[in-house]
Amino acid sequence: MDSYIIPVVIAQLALLIGVFFALQISAAVMVYVERKVAARIQQRMGPTLVGPYGLLQPLADIIKLAMKEDTRPKAADPILFALAPIISAAAAFTAFAVVPFGAETDLFGLLDQPIPLQVADVNVAILWVFAVTSMGVYGIVLAGWSSNSKYSLLGALRSSAQMISYELSYGMALAAVLLLAGSMSIREIVDAQAGTWLYVIPRWFVFLQPIGFFIFMTAGVAETNRAPFDFPEAEQELVAGYHTEYSSMSFAMFFLAEYINMVTVSAIATNLYLGGWHGPLLPEWLGWIWFLIKVAFLLFFYVWMRWTLPRYRYDQLMAFGWKFLLPLSVFNLLATAAGVLYFGF
Amino acid sequence: MDFNLVLFYAFAAIAVGATLLVVLQSNPVYSVLLLIGSFIGLAGLYVLLDAPFVAVIQIIIYAGAIMVLFLFVVMLLNAPREEPAPPGILESGMTRAVGAVLALAFALELAWALNHSRTLATTDAYDMPRSFSVPDIGQRLFQEYAFAFEATSILILVAMLGAITLAARRVAERSRRG
Amino acid sequence: MLRKEAAVAELNHYLILSAVLFTIGTAGVLLRRNLITILLSIEVMLNAVNLSFIAFGHFLGSSDGQIIVFFVITVAAAEAVVGLALVIALFRHVETLNPDAFRQLRG
Repeated sequence: MDSYIIPVVIAQLALLIGVFFALQISAAVMVYVERKVAARIQQRMGPTLVGPYGLLQPLADIIKLAMKEDTRPKAADPILFALAPIISAAAAFTAFAVVPFGAETDLFGLLDQPIPLQVADVNVAILWVFAVTSMGVYGIVLAGWSSNSKYSLLGALRSSAQMISYELSYGMALAAVLLLAGSMSIREIVDAQAGTWLYVIPRWFVFLQPIGFFIFMTAGVAETNRAPFDFPEAEQELVAGYHTEYSSMSFAMFFLAEYINMVTVSAIATNLYLGGWHGPLLPEWLGWIWFLIKVAFLLFFYVWMRWTLPRYRYDQLMAFGWKFLLPLSVFNLLATAAGVLYFGF
Repeated sequence: MDFNLVLFYAFAAIAVGATLLVVLQSNPVYSVLLLIGSFIGLAGLYVLLDAPFVAVIQIIIYAGAIMVLFLFVVMLLNAPREEPAPPGILESGMTRAVGAVLALAFALELAWALNHSRTLATTDAYDMPRSFSVPDIGQRLFQEYAFAFEATSILILVAMLGAITLAARRVAERSRRG
Repeated sequence: MLRKEAAVAELNHYLILSAVLFTIGTAGVLLRRNLITILLSIEVMLNAVNLSFIAFGHFLGSSDGQIIVFFVITVAAAEAVVGLALVIALFRHVETLNPDAFRQLRG
């Protein structure tokens, strides 16, 4: 029994470390992409001085952040102040643990048994993501509370109230996808989207659930506190919201957590609605390339939205979440249930 | 020792340790966070007991929603700002001693009572290989327990209305503030 | 009574753990003088009971344990909501969270 366990353990560890670093690199890439795309949308050049086309800008940013002084307000609660960014970052990374990004592969024949390209395969994977995202709210609430400053507290309370409100629509959009796929394991949901109709249109759930996709993406943007739902951290209104009092690496951790949450939401949307790693032309074991392309498209969409749409005011934001998005998601769920029951999707 | 038992002791230690600290230490914000730690330990135990669905549901609902509510209330009611919270110190000396002795006696009695149920003490864990999947639970929930399900929905609605009525500011105050 | 070498966590382990947690919760309710901590201790007690339900459900091979825990969590949520609303309403009258301050119905 030991003969095949060791390579599998090593492969799993390699996968774990690989995904961890890939997420961090993706956050760094997102920093660059955001600034460049924002610049182009605003008809200016963006970072160009550091490295060719400004490509080393994220590295410069990270070095700058690491070398700043790590301040703490005197009246801040030391344990919670230090714990909050850790909770945010840990929740962001943990949520990605169940996201599969490729078909089973045996690494060019090195392994005897194929392993799935995923850190952990849990049979309640969708709920796991939901649960860990709920835990991420605590990072924000504790950051605002422990900073002992009015801007932080207001920003934190608003931000967490927003996140909790949009979690409901998020969950119901997820539930509609569960109805279509019949399983809670994300891998099985992706595999239910393989193949095409009429050889042309891929069997992605976005074609069966356009409203669901809209709800999911909107709730996802609100969950990650990105524009147009980023009132709680808007510079013009609240200094910087819940991370006002943070500097240096603690701030970097919040920053990191936000970008990784974005990547996680995009990855899950890709898996649930856009068919994951299935795509034409490439063989099955190169599917992760399609996955990257789709996630990159969704991330570009995130950045595009931020620099195009004006920001929602807080009460408009909450009204939108409760009075429009939630009834819409309930309707979506009912319509999907009716479709599955009577038309047998 | 089997891995199962090691995990059991690990999660049990987390749960008991966190719960003890919830009751013993005085800052309510820390108490809420420690209770969340206790819930995570319990969720681990539920997974060991082949109930991953309930484990995740507990994290989502209990640790993710109810505790956030507790945290909000603790934060919003924090009237005296110099101290972290109104301290809930246990009363002095004698009460503490008597309380501890009674608690110990209670725990021992409960444990004795449970241990002496003969039919249960001889059940071997792996005679029952069934693990209940989510569709199984869903089917029972909506068929046998449908009435309880609907009644619980109404209960939640009533609780919501009650909470809003109890905690809302009176209309006269609101019109005075414009 | 035969003492088997415990290689796997048996039902008794879970029941003793549940008893310990329940006791801690009860001690909290009876001994703490802070309304929020009392409510938290009630939640601890409910959780201890949930644990024993699931343990019984697993060892007796029935999914009833999980279903009733589902309901217990929901009822606990409703009760926490109403309890906290009461605490807020009380706090508006007397600016303290100490239950000993509310003595108007005594005697």
